[in-house]
Amino acid sequence: MATWIFYILGAVAVAATAMAVTRRNPVHSVIYLVNSFFALALIFYLLGAPLVAAWEVIIYAGAIMVLFLFIIMMLKLSPGEEADRQGPGPLQWLPVLLLGGALLGCTLLLLQLDPAGSQELPNWYASPRDFGYALFHEYALAVEIVSFQLLFAAVGAFYVGRSASRKERLGEER
Amino acid sequence: MIVPFQHLLILASIIFFLGLMAVLVRRNLIMILIGVEIMLNAAGLVLVGASALWQQLDGQVMVIFLMALTSAEVSISLAMVVYLNRRKKTVDVRAFDELRG
Repeated sequence: MATWIFYILGAVAVAATAMAVTRRNPVHSVIYLVNSFFALALIFYLLGAPLVAAWEVIIYAGAIMVLFLFIIMMLKLSPGEEADRQGPGPLQWLPVLLLGGALLGCTLLLLQLDPAGSQELPNWYASPRDFGYALFHEYALAVEIVSFQLLFAAVGAFYVGRSASRKERLGEER
Repeated sequence: MIVPFQHLLILASIIFFLGLMAVLVRRNLIMILIGVEIMLNAAGLVLVGASALWQQLDGQVMVIFLMALTSAEVSISLAMVVYLNRRKKTVDVRAFDELRG
């Protein structure tokens, strides 16, 4: 049963991602991508990672994609206005499809060659308790470093996104 | 879960190359960032699958760090998109091809 659910979810994830890549309107892409992330979260749950599945929904689909939506709304990018009005034509798609298809084909061939890849995934479940223990005992230093990284990102985003200083505004008026 | 590890890797590589195609073909800065998101998610899928294969928690911990990295990357790069949009009034990458600040 779980096998069939995995294949259905995989097909949903690939289809939603393909739709997200090809939409002209960025808002539609973001919504399709949220769909794809839900499918991936369910796959994570099937692979025995319930906490990661929850965070995939909360952080990726909830926070990051909503941030994308905020920025798209802030920039007032409607499809007719600017930015990708026609979307990439066949002339742009052809080399990308050729290169990407060749790379994907080589990757799949490599996966076929590897005998270790055919072993089956075992039934396994990581309880949130074990997960929290591993995160805050074995990786405590890494957690601290990641918290610094988030702080630096917040400061950097504030610095880059601050409104123009008085001097620059005077320069624009001139 | 009775799926060979190979099928998980195949799924992850298809999603990864879809993201790569988005980065290569789209001319909208926001769509390029979305392509990067797709690629990072495919990497996370492989990490969780490897975690299940060897029954170790390290892969899942890596995914949490990957999420922290992604949120930091997205916040900075979207701030830069806003900044660039303020300078040139567009998010088309062809407007930013002249190596001038």
